[in-house]
Amino acid sequence: MLSCRSAAAPRGVAAARAAAAAAGAAPSRRTLATANPQANLAADPAARPARHYGDLKDQDRIFTNLYGKHDFRLAGAKARGDWYKTKEILLKGDKWIIDEMKTSGLRGRGGAGFPSGLKWSFMNKPGGPKPGQPRYLVVNADEGEPGTCKDREILRHDPHKLVEGCLVAGRAMNATAAYIYVRGEFYNETASLQTAINEAYAAGLIGKNACGSGYDFDIYVHRGAGAYICGEETALIESIEGKQGKPRLKPPFPADIGLFGCPTTVANVETVAVAPTILRRGGSWFAGLGRERNTGTKLFCISGHVNRPCTVEEEMSIPLRDLIEKHCGGIRGGWDNLQGIIPGGSSVPVLPKSLCEEVLMDFDSLRDAQSGLGTAAVIVMDKSTDMVRAISRLSAFYRHESCGQCTPCREGSAWLANMMTRAEAGAFRSTDEIDMMQEISKQIEGHTICALGDAAAWPVQGLIRHFRPELEARIREYAAQGHQMPTIKDYGEALP
Amino acid sequence: MVEVFVDGRPVQVPEGSAAIQACELAGVEIPRFCYHERLAVAGNCRMCLVEVERAPKPVASCAMPVMPGMKIKTNTPLVHKAREGVMEFLLANHPLDCPVCDWGGECDLQDQSMRFGSDRSRQHEPTGRRAVENKNLGPLVKTSMNRCIQCTRCVRFANEVAGAEELGTTGRGNDMQIGTYIEKTLATEMSGNVIDLCPVGALTAKPYAFSYRAWELKRTESVDVMDAVGSAIRVDTRGTEVMRISPRENDDVNEEWISDKTRFAFDGLKRQRLTHPLMREGDRFVPCTWEAALGRVADAARAAQPEERIAVAGPFADAESLVALKDLFNRWDSEHLFLETNAPELVGQPAGFADLRANYLFNATIVGAEQADAVLFVGTNPRHEAAIINTRFRKAFLHNRCDFAAISPEMTLNYDCVNLGDSLAALTDAKHPFFERLRAAKHPMIVLGSGLLERPDAAQHALHAAHALAKTCTNAAPGWTAVNFLQRQASAAAAFDLGFAATTAAAAAKRPAAKFVYLLGADEVAPAALPADAFVVYQGSHGDAGAALADVVLPGAAYTEKSATYVNTEGRVQRVRAALTPPLAARDDWAILRALSEFAGTPLPYASVQGVRARLAEVAPSFAAPNVQAAQPTALAVAAAVAAKAKPSKAKAKALPAVTLPVTDFYLTDAISRNSRTMAQCSRAFTHQIAESAHEAHIAV
Repeated sequence: MLSCRSAAAPRGVAAARAAAAAAGAAPSRRTLATANPQANLAADPAARPARHYGDLKDQDRIFTNLYGKHDFRLAGAKARGDWYKTKEILLKGDKWIIDEMKTSGLRGRGGAGFPSGLKWSFMNKPGGPKPGQPRYLVVNADEGEPGTCKDREILRHDPHKLVEGCLVAGRAMNATAAYIYVRGEFYNETASLQTAINEAYAAGLIGKNACGSGYDFDIYVHRGAGAYICGEETALIESIEGKQGKPRLKPPFPADIGLFGCPTTVANVETVAVAPTILRRGGSWFAGLGRERNTGTKLFCISGHVNRPCTVEEEMSIPLRDLIEKHCGGIRGGWDNLQGIIPGGSSVPVLPKSLCEEVLMDFDSLRDAQSGLGTAAVIVMDKSTDMVRAISRLSAFYRHESCGQCTPCREGSAWLANMMTRAEAGAFRSTDEIDMMQEISKQIEGHTICALGDAAAWPVQGLIRHFRPELEARIREYAAQGHQMPTIKDYGEALP
Repeated sequence: MVEVFVDGRPVQVPEGSAAIQACELAGVEIPRFCYHERLAVAGNCRMCLVEVERAPKPVASCAMPVMPGMKIKTNTPLVHKAREGVMEFLLANHPLDCPVCDWGGECDLQDQSMRFGSDRSRQHEPTGRRAVENKNLGPLVKTSMNRCIQCTRCVRFANEVAGAEELGTTGRGNDMQIGTYIEKTLATEMSGNVIDLCPVGALTAKPYAFSYRAWELKRTESVDVMDAVGSAIRVDTRGTEVMRISPRENDDVNEEWISDKTRFAFDGLKRQRLTHPLMREGDRFVPCTWEAALGRVADAARAAQPEERIAVAGPFADAESLVALKDLFNRWDSEHLFLETNAPELVGQPAGFADLRANYLFNATIVGAEQADAVLFVGTNPRHEAAIINTRFRKAFLHNRCDFAAISPEMTLNYDCVNLGDSLAALTDAKHPFFERLRAAKHPMIVLGSGLLERPDAAQHALHAAHALAKTCTNAAPGWTAVNFLQRQASAAAAFDLGFAATTAAAAAKRPAAKFVYLLGADEVAPAALPADAFVVYQGSHGDAGAALADVVLPGAAYTEKSATYVNTEGRVQRVRAALTPPLAARDDWAILRALSEFAGTPLPYASVQGVRARLAEVAPSFAAPNVQAAQPTALAVAAAVAAKAKPSKAKAKALPAVTLPVTDFYLTDAISRNSRTMAQCSRAFTHQIAESAHEAHIAV
């Protein structure tokens, strides 16, 4: 692509350039029309013609110290453009910030993909908090999803982006303070973050009269104790309050009754950290990247059987195959050695090779492929992987991390994990048990208080959807060997 | 009100209701395990899932507030499937021990699995079912934790209602357990309620485990008399035995809770019972006929001068026998009628005390106590004297941020309470900052305890000081009465209503030494209070302390064996109903007195229970309308005026003895509880904190 977007390029210009680029470069591999039924939703389809995504230019990168090659402290961060004219942003007021975020089309980076501008605006709705009642921004840095390691890099190498993001996001929702809930295992990351916060306080960037704007804003760091469920927003709030991390019932939503009973918004680290750059460069710049409704840049964490696993910032809607070929040196043993990819962290269904060749890495494309973008943690598995064993391990994880509060997840995740353990050896009575497993996963999905039940069900559903022949082959093999169903003795101590 | 549609039918429900309540109003029953009207919503069992139009997923109806025009569907394939799925999950780890489970036949899980569950099991994991260690929660609650479905009703009850925060959940996921974190007994006088709350047989009653099946029991709706609250109870009997006592709903009194004494003391009804009239011969009692016993009593009564005849009523005396005893003594020209107290001698009442209902009743009413925003206890521990009313105070503490203070010895309540020392001078002074809070309160309460009546002068002083203080509560809501008297004996309010305990302290002091003493179930009478040469008659159900003093013992009926009237501490007239007949030769108490009146040649003018009740209504009109709480505002105003005449002086307050609490051991307060093995175990475990021996604990678990 030839285009060279400037920071302040208005949307129309960027789109026009993109159109020109698309026409000139003529992406060979595929066209978007097939993978993007949602694209018609754009106000003016002509303004956003199909083009090839990816190839993020260096000047469009937000996380310029993702690899930790530079100083993460205040001086280094300022040299990279952080804290530049933050006061002006604050002085533009909550409405301007939220409008700009809405323009940018940023969707929450924690997995659910809720539009951030809209979410932040819930904090300012009329008839909202009583005067004098505090409001809180809670930043979810409890990054525990297997395969995900993007927030970790931000906390390590670009903590000032997060601190500044807290300030501007806090200003947008008129919050009195931000709580950053950091995963307990992130000890060194917490140290970096705390260093950044201390520097920001010392420099008058946050605290009383933050950046000289007249706005008071505090940031507190709270360390978790290692429970995956505490990454669920209401469980996280409970955990900060000093209770067991068990998700709350919704409604009431945190925007009405959240942390300490006050209006609260919980946002992912990446969502908050990209906000200052978006506000400095304009929402339309961000909106010019990626497909409609899936705009911007995104941190992708690619792990597994690739030649160079990495965390990389790329444009949204980059084809999955491009992402792996360009940044990870391809699949170990070549693309044809690929068996399947979990595209968005452990909780989303696995995709087989055929789909991996087609999908774009964004919310809508992956949803259409019956998977999800999740946290954009791409777990690549080549043909050496025992796929059933891999999914079984995930089931064991969800069984272990279920909080135990509500019935379907508490009982169902354990049941699924037991069945998956049997499935590894093919120890099913018949292939009917595969359908039963599918049914049990459906009994969990959508029946629980939080999304952990769904997360426990989806990997198994993905396995059955795309790898059923493998399961059936094992069952046949097991029966052919004259095995009986195992008894309780055979499992004994081996199960958790 | 909000209009919602349940299965197409419109219903009007109050704003803020949950969808499950709307369904109930529409007559649609929603299955549930964790949801309970009187506890916080947990929404964790997921059994109450319903379909709501335009909601993408089934929603938990217990946790979903109604929205105007909401369309709830409870009878769709999606809902059936969801319920069946949840049921399957609940049963996946539930043991199949219904045949040996005490809850069998009354079990929500059993019932709902029959109605909503699948007709066959798919659960044949070789790993088997979850096994959970049983917990030792003390002598009352037996645990069988394999059966637990983690609905957390017990945890919420303990935390919210009982204020016992030791119960909670530990562990995660499939390993989540209900327990007390560290091994600890569930030390609350309300613990038995978790047995009723438990939807499965995980928590059952330890004292009567394995002793009955639910379908063998005959149920009788009655009222409790173990304290003066008058909780609604159901007495379950089999043959001639009480097998179980459980609460009934009465929103005005006990909601649906009862205290452990109410629930578990009934085994005292089977021990030390008086079954035949007894006559003392030397140092032993000899059974005799009713004729002989009554003749002897009548002779003894005749031999004494009118002023030398006295009667003392105990805590279980019903209104019928009180009025009969009073009428009988009045016929004998005696007025010396007493209520038992812990005092070393028989004392009368403060002058004017018994004249006005407002003086001796809990005027705020039990329901009203919930509204309180500042409460001062004087010489009372509500947790021990009226555990049910104490739950209302805890509600006020949780929901109204009510402040509490106490003029009493140190006591442990399940909410914050400032101790102002044990001298009545603190009440006269009213200097402590708490009094500012009391004066500013909208619903202030000064609660005087029945223990004050041990010293009539102290009671008089406290009453006057309380009224003087109440006058300064200028912010109180109109019609609100700040001064309340908390009775602890089921008989007390009726005795005052009937003018039974009308003897004033001054009159009592002037009376000659007694020659004829009639103890109507009075066991707290100190032997020293009765002259050695007095003829003592004991009429009651138990061979306890009072009977030991007697020359003649007349066997009466216990509260489960008679139909009788009681008045609770707020003045509510209620009837207990006979679940059994009195044992052997024992008889209804009023009938014994009626028979005695014949023997004495002074027959009472009524010969049927209807006749006694007509007499009751004649003496006190409030008895004409049972189950109504009747406090009269005009009477309250008069009470305040009378009491305010006397100025309480600080000097006098200093001269009074320190305030004491009448109940030192909640579990052992009367003839029934003293004869209960269960209550003795509770006293050991909770009051005296003596740990069970390893052997006992082994049996218990």
